[in-house]
Amino acid sequence: MACIEAHGLRKVFGNNVALDGVNLKVEQGRILGLIGPNGAGKTTALNAIVGLTPYEGTLNVLGRDPWSQRDQLMRDACFIADVAVLPRWIRVSQLLDYVAGVHLHFDRRKAENFLAKTTIKHSAKVRELSKGMVTQLHLAMVMAMDAKLLVLDEPTLGLDILYRKQFYDSLLNDYFDGGRTIVVATHEVEEVQHVLTDLMFIDHGHVVFSCSMEELEARYFEVMVQPDNLEAALALKPIHQRQVFGRTILLFEGAEKRQFEELGEVRTPGVADLFVAVMSRQPGREQGAVQ
Amino acid sequence: MNTQSNTTAPMLGAQSVAPADIPALRQFRLLVQREIWESRSLYIAPLAAAGLFLLGFAISMIFFPGRLRAAVGSARLHNVINQPFDIVAVLIMGVTFLVALVYCLDALYSERRDRSILFWKSLPVSDTATVLAKASIPIVFVPLFAFALTVAMQLLMLVLISAVIPGTGVTAGMLWNQLSLFHGWHVLFTHLVTGHGLWYAPIYAYLLLVSAWARRAPFLWATLPLIAVGGAEKIAFNTSYLAAILAGRIAGGPSVDGAPAGTNMDAMTPFTLTQLMSSPGLWIGLLVAAAFLAGAIRLRRHRGPI
Repeated sequence: MACIEAHGLRKVFGNNVALDGVNLKVEQGRILGLIGPNGAGKTTALNAIVGLTPYEGTLNVLGRDPWSQRDQLMRDACFIADVAVLPRWIRVSQLLDYVAGVHLHFDRRKAENFLAKTTIKHSAKVRELSKGMVTQLHLAMVMAMDAKLLVLDEPTLGLDILYRKQFYDSLLNDYFDGGRTIVVATHEVEEVQHVLTDLMFIDHGHVVFSCSMEELEARYFEVMVQPDNLEAALALKPIHQRQVFGRTILLFEGAEKRQFEELGEVRTPGVADLFVAVMSRQPGREQGAVQ
Repeated sequence: MNTQSNTTAPMLGAQSVAPADIPALRQFRLLVQREIWESRSLYIAPLAAAGLFLLGFAISMIFFPGRLRAAVGSARLHNVINQPFDIVAVLIMGVTFLVALVYCLDALYSERRDRSILFWKSLPVSDTATVLAKASIPIVFVPLFAFALTVAMQLLMLVLISAVIPGTGVTAGMLWNQLSLFHGWHVLFTHLVTGHGLWYAPIYAYLLLVSAWARRAPFLWATLPLIAVGGAEKIAFNTSYLAAILAGRIAGGPSVDGAPAGTNMDAMTPFTLTQLMSSPGLWIGLLVAAAFLAGAIRLRRHRGPI
């Protein structure tokens, strides 16, 4: 059974359609990156998955309906909304006591070991910690919960690059073990792309692109074209084109790699470039208007 | 701590372990504990008021022997001895009531304002358990704390008075007889549990509901609509039923034989359980409180951060 399965997921706020018939299937052990511009519906989708918002359509997470069974679901799922959600008044020791008291699968010693590697003191209040330390604390709590699914919504928003890198390193090295599933929504595409196993672009409440990283490597090529070959290359119908230092870089989909090798230097496109290419083909978006 | 039991499940094997539940009572204890961590004014404000009172009382001990000597043998003796004991009970009652009201208005509002609701909801705790734990603070724990604090204060005062009575003609035995503390505590306990806990329950539940609903200024949302509706009722029908209901709820108590409980501690007799159970006002109030709490639970489920 899939870890997350959604069919025709739809959510409307007033006149704004946040999710418009999203279909989604995440198998156990995958790390899915949910990427989209602001207001694309990422947060709404994640909120539906962890039972924070009602929805139309069907959604099944770890065999449960999140909206009606949020408290049961959260025994096996964790959620980090963003860096500012830990209550500012609470002490680190109180937080440990509380979570240990209400969470069945919380390993307090594990959280303490993780905190020991940081400069966070048990007597400190969250309000006294820096933004980066609050994220470390939240991550320590989540990593000590033996969960099957971890949902992250912009978990490193507003952090400096050192904390961001540390966050994803910890997640991969200390947490991810192949049995867990992670869904992460973020803008920081370049930092997460080496972490992901699957990729999903979302825009205006629609899934506009979805593939695994293996597929990405097999199907998409970025070619830095020699000026002489430009015309021949354009004839192969690139899905996107951009200029870097006077060189033309073309993005192709679904052809044989060797076909491009005579045209110039071929490599796998970065997720960010692919994102721009996909988004600029969306109706109503100017080329290059995104990010 | 009882975390030891959680650490035994190996990481990967955890799926195969039948997920036993956290005992409801243990979870409830943590939820209540959490409220007290967050709202320290619940106990700090009454303690501060009691401390200030105690200071004043200690100073009054300078003049107390003189007042006692003057009253010995007269009917005023009872009053002279009992007055400070009654005052401290009323003071603590008043402060804890105010603190409970403020707590309720904030309880489901501040977690949305500071976005921490997203963290609380990421834990396996239902909205029902959360709201009920919050409601139990004013309905159960604040009255019990008020009782314990009053008893402690009165015992301290008794010690202070005992130190100054030698030479006033009042013996320790007379003092004890005049005070009849055990009767007083019985009355106080019943009053706090039934009056401040159960009789006021719909007030607390109403404030929790507003606290779960308001996007800003919960105090204004809690008060202005009542004033507006009361005013409209007066203009439209020249009646004041709403005002009468509210006044009856705030000033009254579970009525015994049709008469509302008085505020004079001395004259009060503790209700028996049967008297309490037969007070329709109490039951109506509890039903209303249950409806408000059900609304608050529903709202907390639907509402996110502001």
